[in-house]
Amino acid sequence: MSRLHMTVNGQAVELDVPESRYLSEVLRKDLQLTGTKIGCNEAECGICSVLVDGTPVVSCVYPAFKAQGASIETIESLSQDGALHPLQQAFLDHGAVQCGICTPGLIMTSKALIDEKRAAGETVTEQHIQVALKDTYCRCTGYRSVVRAILQASGQDVPADFPVTRPAGKAVGKALPNPDARAKITGEARYTDDYRFPGMLHARTKRAGLAHARIRSIDTAAARELPGVRAVLTHADVPGRNLHGLVTNDWPVLCGDKIRYAGDAVAIVAAETEEIAAAALQLIDVDYEELPAVSDAISAARPDAPLVHDGRRDGNLLKHIKVNKGDVDAGFDAADVIVDQTYRTPATEHLFLEPECSIAVPAGYNPESFGGTCEPEAARGETALHDKTTIYVGSQIPYQDRDQTAVALGVEAEAVRVVATLTGGGFGGKEDITGQIHAALLAEKTQCPVKMLYSRQESLLVHPKRHATVIRIRTGATNAGKLTAVEATLYGDGGAYASLSEKVLTRATTHAAGPYDVPNVKVDCFAMYTNNAPAGAFRGFGVTQSCFAVESNMDRLAEELGIDAVEFRRRNALDIGSVTSTGQIMRESVGLNECIDKVEQDMRSDDFRWTWEEDGRRFAWGLAVGYKNTGLGGGAPDKAGAEVEVRLDPDKGTTAEVRTSSAEMGQGLPAVLAACVAEELDIPSSKVNVLLGDTDYCPDGGPTTASRQTFVSGNAARLAAREAARKLAGAGAHDTIVVRHDYEAPATQPLGAPGDMHFAFGFCAQAALCEIDLQTGEVHVRRVIAAHDVGRAINPLTLAGQIEGGIVMCIGYTLTEHYIQEQGKPWTDVMARYKMPSITHTPIITSHIVEHEVSSGPYGAKGVGELPSIPTSAAITNAIYRATGVRVRSLPVDQDELLRAMRAGASEVELAWGDLEPIPAVTFGGRQ
Amino acid sequence: MTNTSTNSWNHYYTPKTVTEAVELLRRYDGRARVIGGGTDLAVEIRRGLHRPVEAMVDATRIAGLDKISRETDYIVIGCGVTHSQIVRSELIIRYGTCLSESCSVIGGPQVRNVGTLAGNVAHALPAGDGTIGLLALGGEIEVAGTDGTRWLPVENSFRGPGKSFIDRNREVLTRLRFRPTAEREGSAHHRVMRPQGLCLPIISLAVRLRLGDDNTISHARISMGPVGPVPYLVEAAMDALLGKPASEDAFVNAAEIALQSVSLRASKYRASHEYREEMLRTYLPRTLQRAAQRATAAGGHDS
Repeated sequence: MSRLHMTVNGQAVELDVPESRYLSEVLRKDLQLTGTKIGCNEAECGICSVLVDGTPVVSCVYPAFKAQGASIETIESLSQDGALHPLQQAFLDHGAVQCGICTPGLIMTSKALIDEKRAAGETVTEQHIQVALKDTYCRCTGYRSVVRAILQASGQDVPADFPVTRPAGKAVGKALPNPDARAKITGEARYTDDYRFPGMLHARTKRAGLAHARIRSIDTAAARELPGVRAVLTHADVPGRNLHGLVTNDWPVLCGDKIRYAGDAVAIVAAETEEIAAAALQLIDVDYEELPAVSDAISAARPDAPLVHDGRRDGNLLKHIKVNKGDVDAGFDAADVIVDQTYRTPATEHLFLEPECSIAVPAGYNPESFGGTCEPEAARGETALHDKTTIYVGSQIPYQDRDQTAVALGVEAEAVRVVATLTGGGFGGKEDITGQIHAALLAEKTQCPVKMLYSRQESLLVHPKRHATVIRIRTGATNAGKLTAVEATLYGDGGAYASLSEKVLTRATTHAAGPYDVPNVKVDCFAMYTNNAPAGAFRGFGVTQSCFAVESNMDRLAEELGIDAVEFRRRNALDIGSVTSTGQIMRESVGLNECIDKVEQDMRSDDFRWTWEEDGRRFAWGLAVGYKNTGLGGGAPDKAGAEVEVRLDPDKGTTAEVRTSSAEMGQGLPAVLAACVAEELDIPSSKVNVLLGDTDYCPDGGPTTASRQTFVSGNAARLAAREAARKLAGAGAHDTIVVRHDYEAPATQPLGAPGDMHFAFGFCAQAALCEIDLQTGEVHVRRVIAAHDVGRAINPLTLAGQIEGGIVMCIGYTLTEHYIQEQGKPWTDVMARYKMPSITHTPIITSHIVEHEVSSGPYGAKGVGELPSIPTSAAITNAIYRATGVRVRSLPVDQDELLRAMRAGASEVELAWGDLEPIPAVTFGGRQ
Repeated sequence: MTNTSTNSWNHYYTPKTVTEAVELLRRYDGRARVIGGGTDLAVEIRRGLHRPVEAMVDATRIAGLDKISRETDYIVIGCGVTHSQIVRSELIIRYGTCLSESCSVIGGPQVRNVGTLAGNVAHALPAGDGTIGLLALGGEIEVAGTDGTRWLPVENSFRGPGKSFIDRNREVLTRLRFRPTAEREGSAHHRVMRPQGLCLPIISLAVRLRLGDDNTISHARISMGPVGPVPYLVEAAMDALLGKPASEDAFVNAAEIALQSVSLRASKYRASHEYREEMLRTYLPRTLQRAAQRATAAGGHDS
């Protein structure tokens, strides 16, 4: 311990801390200034940025004693006596806050920039912002709103840039910040790692580190004897079922016999400090017999492939998914031109900036017995007593976390409570179980609260990724430009466990003919087990992958037919009366043609050219369209419950609370729910409190996935509020009315059955203007013009954020991101090896909203969460083709390969960045 | 598995004098490390690529070594000077342009705000941009140990990747210096990157040129990385330029000679051999051209 003197947020601070401290640790642990967040602990993400003597530094690697005598500013210093700093206000005004985990870092870095430029008498420009924020990442916003906010805060007049939407109602249609945004810009917002409980222990997980192995023995004796270790658990200590899974229970809580991927958990440790827990892991001795690994979906299908799961009749085949419509042979016979091509897409990582964290509190926990009290926010009302096993977690599916944990603990579901904390990004990556069960097991074993916080590196290793796919697709059309047939075969790498593979790859399959009226379709998809990281949900849910293939073929066909690429799509676009590949007749809310029209009008300005050269750079536009179902579909009951409580008070005015256990991970659900309730009750949105994700207090909103929450929970909230409004007529002046509505979306049919597989689809068109450096092959996206049919815009501010963020995420998918695994072991083991788009990659985005209402949606709305992340990649690669004559068949684009092809006059590139082998051959309809 | 919670070091010192710093190294006898910003070392320890150290010796608070100054024949940079200070320095922009440019692309702004040029040079990474800029300028470094101080040319300070001739267990890199570009001199740096993982240069190169009144090249230095294990001085190409007119032909020829004299590697997930060659072939002539333009620019070399 040594004496550290600093000025922190204007206050002199003296404290005795170990000299080994990092500045972030002093701020978060010693001073409890948890507004500074940790995203990576490797100086990559920048979200932990604070100012040291006015200069931004990354506090996660900044030695605390380097700051001896210095003045530190954190996010907590900005608002004075409740008045927001101009930057905070601007972040609110422009919707630059989504999940909020990166917001403190963005704001502090921006503050230094504005202060510096002001002192120098300079005007802040977008170029300055790109330099200053180059390494301060945000996964949600796509940065456009961040740029606008900083420019405004620097004193410039920056008009709001929300898309034009239909006139607002009383609340619906108004551009309002998400209700939790204010806490996120002041640093008050608390994520799971920001919670503390008296007596709390720290947990770590022993990971296999091998792709495929048999476990001979696990010896935990030495770890258990380490002073400070309170529990070491293995498979033998799981009281209930040692398997979990969202669809299929095939994922061991703790592995006992076999390892199927490098992130498999073998043992868990709870100890008094993080250091002791980490040291204990080193003392756990596991004896393995290593097995040959299955490294990709196509080799997994070979008859001689090693079996990932022993004894399965189908070998490594998790599911063969089929779509059949009409007669493809006849369809191709009728075609004048056929394009047949194979594409490959990579595994990618969600890289939500908040690594997974779960805190479990044992049933009957009494903080006073540990000499403390619980912080008031940590629990609601009387349940601060923690009368049941309680898990605090930022999760996308609180009820399934509860149910899966209960099964592993061997207790009734009602014996477990899940309290959803703020979630620092999800994007599909926080649907599966990660540390929830482990923390609960350790809490019950030790009878202490237990925090299981993943490091960034552990997060990269463990949670499910986006499916890598190989897609062969054949598309036929007549000379008149009408599609006659699509045949496709997809291989999807599901990784070691089922997760949501079946659902994701079903979506890839059903959407594999694109949003077109194609009379003859045959698609086969093989979802395969491999020894890679499991693959699961990721914004776009399989459609991102198939869209890249579909829309690449569409441009090729248009070229061969000599038809304009926009016109070719328009001739085939789904419309009212069209029939999808699964046989669904479109009856309403098909805004695709209007999306295409809006994008085309904007793109084809007076001096429009598809492509041109300027100063050693080639510019070109590319276009792609997409669609995505709203809701689970496929015959799954799609339900959400919401409870609305209205409190009448003639003095203070009517207030309301809406409760549902849906998840907010930055996408803006609270704003949507508040608007729905406010609209029905005719009160301002600000009078509606939104409580999400407490399984004891909130009805089940179902999973936050499939772009479904605005539709299902929005409907549940709307209908509960409508009923409450009716009851208000007869209510007394001070009454409280509580109405619960259990909403069930229109029924759908399973794949293969006649009828509607989905109750709504969102549609979009995007055009990307790309710049290709002819000397280096580097690709930049300079502009994106987008139009999205969302049914009805409930909140244009949060809607704009979803669209901009989704587009930039898909730019990453196209140009920068690849979760690389080599024989089942991740090469991508640190954040430095996985680059998501930074502010320097963000293009100018023009967003048009199309509102073709769906009659069953809340005020006509349908989902938008995934839609923007679907067509961008094909729009970019179609632009690259137009600029260079090189067709990119694998993502992400490799500048090295692209330049090589350009120089050689080649017409295509099949190696993406991170690929070492060419795309394997795929036989239509058959396994290898 | 990366361990994020065990101590990276146990003691942290901020010596105020060089003597004090050298004494700390002597006392810890191999168990102490000198740092500037400390970012690289902290990340390496956390990733398990470097074992934890007993003591950190922070060289950024040594009195007098936190600034950039003009001395008689040299511009001198103290070991506490950060990349950001260099990027903002009018002296360096004007008299050591390629160093300003090369330091401006290191890491991100937060890292440049704490990382030092001395740390970049002492770390001896194959493509350390700051080092490549200083190498092209003909920079020298001052090393202090128990036996006093000595100056040595940057090119003589490396042994291999991450290894320098500085005895880390006994010596501190205290100052760096270079002769400012004079009339008819110019320098430039260029780097090619890719936007994907592992943010390391595909190629980083820096040049310094002096032109005679007849526009012939009278002095040339070309440094680049990653070529071999350490930043590399391309002497064959430098020699080939001497006495030639500063022309595109000469620059293209220099690039061809450079290509013959260096062995560019292929690195998985970063660049193929051919791509590196292509980048060198394209950008060495352009970087030489920029340096030549600066040398001949009206009013000096501050463009």
